[in-house]
Amino acid sequence: MDPTDAAFTPATWQAIGLTLQLASVTTVILLLIATPIAWWLSQTTSRWRAPVGAIVALPLVLPPTVLGFYLLTLLSPQGLVGTWFSEWGVGRLTFSFTGLVIGSVIFSLPFAVQPLQHAFQAIGRRPFEVAATLRASPVRQFFTVALPLARPGFLTAAILSFAHTVGEFGVVLMIGGNIPGETRVVSTQIYEHVEAMEYGQAHWLAGAMVVFSFTVLVGLSWLHRRSGAGTHGADSTTLIRGGSTPTEPRT
Amino acid sequence: MSPTIDIRLTLPRADFTLSVDLQLPGHGITVIYGASGSGKTSLLRAVAGLERPNGARIAVGQTCWHDDATGVYLPTWRRPIGYVFQEASLLPHLNVRQNLCYGLPPGQDESGLEASIDLLALGPLMQRSVHALSGGERQRVAIGRALATQPSLLLMDEPLAAIDTQKRAEVMPWLERLRDQLGIPALYVTHNTEEVTRLADHLVVLHRGTVKASGEPNDVLTNAALNLQLGDDLGAVVRGTVIDSAPQWQMAAVRFSGGDIWVVDAANTLQPGQTVNLRMFAKDISIALDAPSPERRSSIQNVLPATIIGLDSPVGQPFVLVSLRCGEARMLARITRRALESLGLTLGQTVHIQIKSVAMVA
Repeated sequence: MDPTDAAFTPATWQAIGLTLQLASVTTVILLLIATPIAWWLSQTTSRWRAPVGAIVALPLVLPPTVLGFYLLTLLSPQGLVGTWFSEWGVGRLTFSFTGLVIGSVIFSLPFAVQPLQHAFQAIGRRPFEVAATLRASPVRQFFTVALPLARPGFLTAAILSFAHTVGEFGVVLMIGGNIPGETRVVSTQIYEHVEAMEYGQAHWLAGAMVVFSFTVLVGLSWLHRRSGAGTHGADSTTLIRGGSTPTEPRT
Repeated sequence: MSPTIDIRLTLPRADFTLSVDLQLPGHGITVIYGASGSGKTSLLRAVAGLERPNGARIAVGQTCWHDDATGVYLPTWRRPIGYVFQEASLLPHLNVRQNLCYGLPPGQDESGLEASIDLLALGPLMQRSVHALSGGERQRVAIGRALATQPSLLLMDEPLAAIDTQKRAEVMPWLERLRDQLGIPALYVTHNTEEVTRLADHLVVLHRGTVKASGEPNDVLTNAALNLQLGDDLGAVVRGTVIDSAPQWQMAAVRFSGGDIWVVDAANTLQPGQTVNLRMFAKDISIALDAPSPERRSSIQNVLPATIIGLDSPVGQPFVLVSLRCGEARMLARITRRALESLGLTLGQTVHIQIKSVAMVA
């Protein structure tokens, strides 16, 4: 370890700031996109359910480099999306913050969709039937029953999306490169330190990431325990009922 | 003429097809009675629009909710119903007041809300969390929530089934209040004969998806041919008026169309003028050929003249069910085949029924 290295240089702080900014923007966009997808997946009986669910889950199993490669070709100025965007006056997508956001949203999509989908499914049919018999339109049912009862799902989705975006590396490197202040996030900063043999700084940053990830996971499990025992669980048993939990109509 | 409720529908279920064509009175409580798996909940859900049947016509009064012939179909949320589920189904993220108000968006007429808070005495529960309510209280809130929207039809799916027996007795009087004070018609699903006898103004019997009977409750309950499998619960329910009370005997006299009978009133709560339902089980009624006379006295004090209108012998049983007309009321007596033969009972014969005990149901 080189003792002359400062633990966090201005470049490091810049990377941390950029990371938090990227994760926040990605999380907000993800919740907006994932909510309708998760709702549709939880309610539909369409034969497209399985393929759509699989597409959403793809980033879980694909190597980030594969995802990054396709995004790079699509988003590049000659790519399908890239040309379309530049016609609309949006600047360069690859090797830019905007490109990173697009990549992160796609990369973390399953981490937002799946907790939400499970939360919606766990509500069951009954609360919606109750709301319908009380004159609530489908839109009102969504906002007054689905959203509040799926609250733990939203928290989980937000935390996982944020944390997963902070932890991404492959996709960032493929489509963002490693441009200071533009696309250099914590994970690529660590990579940069290691490449430059700055092990001391790499240690500090890597250690900070470990602490951050650990805190997130502990926080999540605490949240789950609380919502499981609490009053707003997405768990179907929390609907106040005295008897069984029928999802199928009885006769 | 009072408006009616028309229900005609076919709905395939897992192991039978629900197929009904019913004209029900547009007032009072219609109880839909049947064993589990008879299709009664499905029928109720179809009326609410929670299930979509085929070839259906569902109309309440002049308003049609579902008519496949003309393509009319209102989704559940557009039907003016109140629905009480078997389990209370209060929304867990809302307190009692918010649950009661859920069906009343701001600006809507709140007179129904106030009326149901009064009727069901919900005032003291208003600020409570729904998690802090007992089973009976939850069901009362659920009923109040359904009534607050001022529905044109109240649908209740075994509202007492998920509550233990003790708590049931706590909710029952509220349901009776509903029956007596509410101007709107209700469909009430149950497989409990006590609820039938206490609440029904009209009775529909469902068996594996088809209607076995629909009519005045006592006529249906005493129809031996229906073979309702009620066991010892088989018997008549007769409505009468208290005409006299005798606290020294802890008894009261009740008059109905067939005559006067004395009933036990151990707590001396009955007041002259009060209306009561009397339940007379077939197993507790015996038949005598002669009227009581000074020479033929008996400990059975309630003896009334009646005419035999039916004789049914269930296959493989030593008993005969004798249907009788007593005043306006139909009654059933369960006697042995041997007794039938030795007395030589025949249709149209006038006999005297001896009522050994009478249960009061409301």
